[in-house]
Amino acid sequence: MTITATRDTNPGYKWVGTRPVRHDGLDKVTGRARFGADLSLPGMLTGAVLRSPHPHAGIRSIDTSPAKAMTGVKAVITGSDFPMLESEPGEGGEGAVDYRDLCRNIMARDKVLYEGHAVAAVAATSRRVALAALAAIKVDYEVLPHVIDVEDAMAPGAPLLHDDMITRGTETPPANPSNIAARYLYERGDVEQAFAEADAIVEREFITRPVHQGYIEPHAVVADTAEDGRAVIWCSSQGHFMVRTFTAKLLGWEASRIKVIPAEIGGGFGGKTTVYIEPVATLLSQKAGRPVKIVMTRDEVFRATGPTSGSKMRLKIGARRDGTLVAAEGWLAYQAGAFKGSPVELGVMCMLAPYKVPNFRLEGFDVVNNMPKVAAYRAPGAPMASFASETVLDEIARELDMDPLELRLHNAAEEGTKSVYGPRFRRIGYRETVEAIRDHPHYSVPLGPNQGRGVASGFWFNFGSLSSATVHVNDDGGASVMTGSPDIGGSRASMALMAAEELGIDVYRISPIVADTESIGFTDLTGGSRVTHATGMAVIEACRQVVADLRARAAKIWDVDIDEVEWVEGRAQHADGSHPPLTTEDLAETAAQTGGPITATASLNARGAGVAFSTQVCDVEVDQETGAVKILRYTTSQDAGRAIHPSYVEGQMQGGVAQGIGWALNEEYIFSDGGVMENPGFLDYRMPVASDLPMIDTVIVEVPNPGHPYGVRGVGEVGIVPPMAAIANAIHDATGLRLEELPMSPVKVLAAIGANGG
Amino acid sequence: MVRVFLASTLRRFTGGTEEVEIEAATVRSLIAELDRRFPGLGQHLRSGSAIAIDGEIMADALYEPLPEGAEVHFLPPMGGG
Repeated sequence: MTITATRDTNPGYKWVGTRPVRHDGLDKVTGRARFGADLSLPGMLTGAVLRSPHPHAGIRSIDTSPAKAMTGVKAVITGSDFPMLESEPGEGGEGAVDYRDLCRNIMARDKVLYEGHAVAAVAATSRRVALAALAAIKVDYEVLPHVIDVEDAMAPGAPLLHDDMITRGTETPPANPSNIAARYLYERGDVEQAFAEADAIVEREFITRPVHQGYIEPHAVVADTAEDGRAVIWCSSQGHFMVRTFTAKLLGWEASRIKVIPAEIGGGFGGKTTVYIEPVATLLSQKAGRPVKIVMTRDEVFRATGPTSGSKMRLKIGARRDGTLVAAEGWLAYQAGAFKGSPVELGVMCMLAPYKVPNFRLEGFDVVNNMPKVAAYRAPGAPMASFASETVLDEIARELDMDPLELRLHNAAEEGTKSVYGPRFRRIGYRETVEAIRDHPHYSVPLGPNQGRGVASGFWFNFGSLSSATVHVNDDGGASVMTGSPDIGGSRASMALMAAEELGIDVYRISPIVADTESIGFTDLTGGSRVTHATGMAVIEACRQVVADLRARAAKIWDVDIDEVEWVEGRAQHADGSHPPLTTEDLAETAAQTGGPITATASLNARGAGVAFSTQVCDVEVDQETGAVKILRYTTSQDAGRAIHPSYVEGQMQGGVAQGIGWALNEEYIFSDGGVMENPGFLDYRMPVASDLPMIDTVIVEVPNPGHPYGVRGVGEVGIVPPMAAIANAIHDATGLRLEELPMSPVKVLAAIGANGG
Repeated sequence: MVRVFLASTLRRFTGGTEEVEIEAATVRSLIAELDRRFPGLGQHLRSGSAIAIDGEIMADALYEPLPEGAEVHFLPPMGGG
């Protein structure tokens, strides 16, 4: 069931809020769409990457001569073929990226830091020859002690990944290096005094494991470097401008030497906001003088691309008898993988953001360890932190004998509330998401034996940033809308709908196009739930320029002042009706006489992104004999501000929940004692499939964002924040067992039932 | 005059000061004045911080105007998935 709870007057849109079939839908369901691995070029070579079998080892030497001597091998590279970059910030999926780290991540230099770390690459005439060449490369490793667990990595005497890493963010800089890259502290008020005055205090400890974004399409690239040193790269990514910037930087090239053509993308969820094989293929192509394709295997995706962090967290919350939250104290440590940059600070900022909390002290630690460098994953850092906070809040509600949603409403942040991370909220819709679940029929359906119900809420920031759009009115009065945002979640359809609304023409007469890096202005990543907001603003701005142009041309034809011309539903109308209206077709037909082609471009740094909240309810049934948890029913509400295409808003909400269910119940990186990932495939890394899930009901709440012309808020990420706690709370409701470690797999649930005397 | 709130992670530059009032018309002039008062803070803020002006979070906002009486918070560089 889908309910749209619009909270302001109906603005009377014709296209915004409708559900046309997506423009790229036919190509995708017929197999016509071209993804990263689909391109082949004449003379193309196959690239392959040699990866470390050790989680931590020095590289004494690499002998590539046997590989180079093989017939069919056209190029071999190692880390020494790339420039060694110094520390310098760049923009990436998690915010700041350090090019020094990135250049070592794409190809190891003096050390390998995780099993799967790239150490060499070859380009050969076939995959068989390429794999034989990799086997012929001799790497002399000095195996070093490794560390995976986050607390082990923080302990004095832990194996050091980087002997120059001094913890940032401490009051006094430590004298010695450690694996703790940074410490973050958010605090307000008198925490100790507030706990002393609390009537109910709950304190718990939580553990989560690294999980992968699990996109269906593995990373894939074709690079073709020409004799003049210019390169064309085809790849699937969340940002082809990011690929251009990062690849150029890592090769020491000017960015203008590289053109990146975006392929369709088969999922990203944050994991395709950085580069792995793109600079490798480009350099191999330059050395071989031929195009090179690299397609990762699933095994490589798991072992060498970013999962998100595992974590260890402690959280204590205190409340008064009436449910008012008075204090919180938290300690969070996140695995960063081989290089600094876990999303722990974002986790600290998000974990209590839905609430008014007057006194708190939240401390986070970014800790490197011997696993792949983490990458962004849908609301990076927030889901694990909210697993802790929303579980503790559930227990507080039980201790106070309050309905858990009433506890949340009692403490709900609203417009003007000073957030835990500092700024006051502008107009937000958190309360409305809680009310939507409270009032939903799901919340009052009776439960059966071994069944339980849990709720949880979540927060995510959403972002704006840089976007560009160009609109062309075609000869026949239709229009093409070009942007630089890869379409992951249906953004072509959203762009077309906003253009149709502005121009007043049928949405199917609009062709939304994702343009390459030489055909459109710079555009940031598709990430941070920013595209419908930011790129949408660029589309709206370009369309408004087009409409102004169309009015001016009608004024020229009628020989009147432009102020006498109105644009109504795709036609120019004279204010007093003294001229017959001119349609877009009419004006396109006469464009040569009135000034030439009708086109407009807008580029902007989008402001005004509105934050997002979600509240969710989940029913489970726990099998007392096997420990298996079945999701019986799931309903999610989310403030979308304004749903431009409600079907794709619902899709984002459902997708976030589906991934959250996997994170809650089954997904985890399992490492052997030797630091090797033991489940790098979908048979052993258990993601939910359709038969594991019920239909996920959605309630779109619309509290318009004042920072967007239509009120849009990003919708792509917040949906993954509440599920882990909602499911844990439902399991508690069904069994009385409070599970504090993810995943809540049958083995763990059964062990908890057994420990409880079940 | 704008009110600037300095998060715990910035207080190593400010000697513990949590809030200051500064006369500044743009983010650039604000950062310059913060750097004059708290040496080193300016460089830190210019190297990638996001900023919230009256609750609106933005990046690359060096030339953004500051309304009279605005509340300003500096935040870490942000991204998403």
